[in-house]
Amino acid sequence: MRNDLVLRVIGRLMIPSILLFALYVQFHGDFGPGGGFQAGVIVAAGIVFYALIYGVTATRRLVPDSVVETMVAAGVLIYAGVGLAGLLLGGHYLDYSVLGHDPVHGQHRGIFWVEVGVATTVCGVMLKIFYMFTSRGNSED
Amino acid sequence: MAISVLAIVVTRNLFSVIVLSGAYSFLMATVLVALDAVDVAMTEAAVGAGISTVLLLGALHLCKSLEAKPAHKPWLPLAVSVATGALLVYGALGLPDFGDPDAPIHKNVVPRYMKNEVEVPNVVTAVLASFRGYDTLGETTVVFTAGAGVIALLRRRKQGSEKASGDA
Repeated sequence: MRNDLVLRVIGRLMIPSILLFALYVQFHGDFGPGGGFQAGVIVAAGIVFYALIYGVTATRRLVPDSVVETMVAAGVLIYAGVGLAGLLLGGHYLDYSVLGHDPVHGQHRGIFWVEVGVATTVCGVMLKIFYMFTSRGNSED
Repeated sequence: MAISVLAIVVTRNLFSVIVLSGAYSFLMATVLVALDAVDVAMTEAAVGAGISTVLLLGALHLCKSLEAKPAHKPWLPLAVSVATGALLVYGALGLPDFGDPDAPIHKNVVPRYMKNEVEVPNVVTAVLASFRGYDTLGETTVVFTAGAGVIALLRRRKQGSEKASGDA
């Protein structure tokens, strides 16, 4: 579909907005609806949209499989790492209060990194599943 | 929503089933917005209507687009699902009214959540990431496991060589 002018123009317009909106959802999750899960899914949806227009091969050049697979694992590691950081700083596992100079600050910091971890894993898994499904068809034709 | 569900059940063309389920997800998202669960609605719209539609279309690309005739009559599954639905409705009748401030769920930990010790204005985020941190870690791990399972099942096997799928 990459020769379709309408799709290409709309894609150009939409994809940056989708990614920007995902970042907004990610970092504004403390104040409004949203958070890591939603943001990860929206990023993945934006990239899937790109893949629908420009093809999976181009998308795999843009976001290679190695990056996606790393994201899948890195998110969980970030989340667990936040827990371990709390442990090392003298609190309980996943107790964010010790991460900052006062408990509220620490909670905010912990929640921020936890959400980053969730978003990374969710986005990675969504993209990986998408890649896996779409690449099967090509291999068997 | 009921119309789209009935159409999904009746239709044999899988392409229209997928499009209808996407429409169903969007309707469900609007219902969730009406119930003030905006976080869930966003997820439902992005996952249910967006990504899973694309995934199902990708899966459809791999197989025939007409559903096969069922091999047996659907009476037993129908009876089971109707009975389960009736049981759930019967159980729901015993629940407190929607939004009732005296409901038991609002009496135990919710006051503490609402006092908002972590001073994050979005209570959903506070509960998910802080009060229920272990649960969310578990959920993330579940998502990770799902991804790892898909990778393990579908990774393309190159003839002869154990090459990673990075260049596939």
